[in-house]
Amino acid sequence: MNHQLAGDVRSVTDVTALPHPRASHPPARVPLFENERVLAAVLLAPAILLLLVFIAYPFLMGIWLALSNTSVGNPGQFIGLANFVKAWRDSIFRTALANTFIYTAWATLLKLALGMWLAILLNRPFRAHRIVRAAVLLPFIVPTVLSTFAWKWMFDPTFSVLNWLLFHAGFIQDKLPFLSNGTYAMGCAIAVNTWRGMPFYAISFLAGLQTINPDLHEAAALDGANGRQRFWYVTWPLLMPVTVVVVVFSIIQTFADFQLVYVLTGGGPANATQILATYAYQVGVAAGQLGQGAAISLCMFPVLFVVVWIQLRYVRHLEGA
Amino acid sequence: MIETAWRKWIFFYIPLTLFLIGILFPFYWMLITAIRPDSELYRAWRAVNNQPFWTLRPTFAHVEDLLAKTLFPRWLWNTFFIALVSTIISLFCGLLAGYALARLRFPMAGSLGTSIFVTYLVPPTLLFIPLANIIRDFQVGDTPWALILTYPTFLIPFCTWLLMGYFRTIPRELEECARIDGATRVGAMLRIIFPLAIPGILSAGIFAFTLSWNEFLYALVFLSSPERKTVSIGVVSELIRGDIYFWGQLMAGALLGSVPIACIYSFFVEYYVSGLVGSVKG
Repeated sequence: MNHQLAGDVRSVTDVTALPHPRASHPPARVPLFENERVLAAVLLAPAILLLLVFIAYPFLMGIWLALSNTSVGNPGQFIGLANFVKAWRDSIFRTALANTFIYTAWATLLKLALGMWLAILLNRPFRAHRIVRAAVLLPFIVPTVLSTFAWKWMFDPTFSVLNWLLFHAGFIQDKLPFLSNGTYAMGCAIAVNTWRGMPFYAISFLAGLQTINPDLHEAAALDGANGRQRFWYVTWPLLMPVTVVVVVFSIIQTFADFQLVYVLTGGGPANATQILATYAYQVGVAAGQLGQGAAISLCMFPVLFVVVWIQLRYVRHLEGA
Repeated sequence: MIETAWRKWIFFYIPLTLFLIGILFPFYWMLITAIRPDSELYRAWRAVNNQPFWTLRPTFAHVEDLLAKTLFPRWLWNTFFIALVSTIISLFCGLLAGYALARLRFPMAGSLGTSIFVTYLVPPTLLFIPLANIIRDFQVGDTPWALILTYPTFLIPFCTWLLMGYFRTIPRELEECARIDGATRVGAMLRIIFPLAIPGILSAGIFAFTLSWNEFLYALVFLSSPERKTVSIGVVSELIRGDIYFWGQLMAGALLGSVPIACIYSFFVEYYVSGLVGSVKG
């Protein structure tokens, strides 16, 4: 509204200024930022510039690297899809790909189930609920690497406190091979990921639960629905929008996880917990084969793309409804 | 509905207590390991005199070693500095961009918002190899700037997204009133809307700060000198010599690296939680 006014004023000054050629320039202080387009461009410039230089440009460069045989000290030439073909023929890559899916699927399911349960518990009124809620989020706050070290120490082959606990509780006769057996090691990685990510689910669900009108539960109860039915027919559908977004975020984070596995097992034993990110690091950084490494990490892209696409479709669907 | 006492125990107190024990036990374990003397620490799990859950001879030897014989204080400072500067940069960019996307009308506003949301979902593991090349080309490898410039790639989209949502909750009328009273568009933005958005800015800031404190992969790839490292990679690469883990020092490091961020978090729990909840609002 105001910028139209400003435009009118300028046209008036233009008309009156016609006899004086020197004054035919616009007035000295043009209210430039009153123009929404100009202002938007200026406000968006820093963010877009940074994202172009450090996301769009590396992305294109990553595609180029993946199509070349670049290694440390060798500028590299275009070799087409050879890196991807090589990756597919590489049994470690296929193990890593399968492991990434297993890791993501189990960790997401566990986080969803336990996070929902915890949120429902936290949604009940009880004393000290603020401090309990703050404590619940701790695993999510503390740097993953540092808390993973604590877990690694708890899984230590010789000094494991978990073995001690299980032995004295009478569950086991001999120590469990937490990180030295492939299946156990994967289980441990999934458990630690669940421990770390569950608070995010729980707190997001808790926020969702608090927006559900208690009258709905009361009405359902009056109609004779029991606890389980009220969960499945009232709580779950109403939480669906939150659930979809939280799960999408979590799938992306878990699928592209690096630090937890890197510290806990380093991909071992014998690549049993190798996932795409740790393998890309091993090939691209530790062994210096930048092209091959970039190709391996780009293999995550199609999956991430599909997940994001589903998410965007779902948001549109909600907005359309 | 009246809940009987035993049902409340079975369905509420016991599960909640188990959850809390599971969630907090690793932190207790960090603490007890950090203050336990080595002679008790390295006692086989089945040793008869093993009492893993407490110690009668607490010692600060590990903490002293960590602070005096390693570069740990330096790493702590590096982490803090990098997290602070990259958070400030991201808040600045996110605040301006979030305002523009929430309030201004311009061509492509919708698709720009979507693409910022999509970059928000790009994980560091996808781009770290080409980014390492770019960091080297810019000649900022092995300096704090390598991280200060790259952390905003995941912080800006997040801050923009969160603040955009926050700006939408501030009534447009406030701005229009200021404009009628003679404020310029920029003046109304700076003096009316930004001050009202301070809770949102705090949420985004706290969340961004914890995210950068937590970051590991970029720091691992871009930094190499021991005195330039952040806590996470310093602990990984300098406290493990060969195959030998110095668990006492490691746990002391884990504890001291977690305490600052946990303290900051505890002061701003409400802001952090609203940041977390806002971050997943579509």
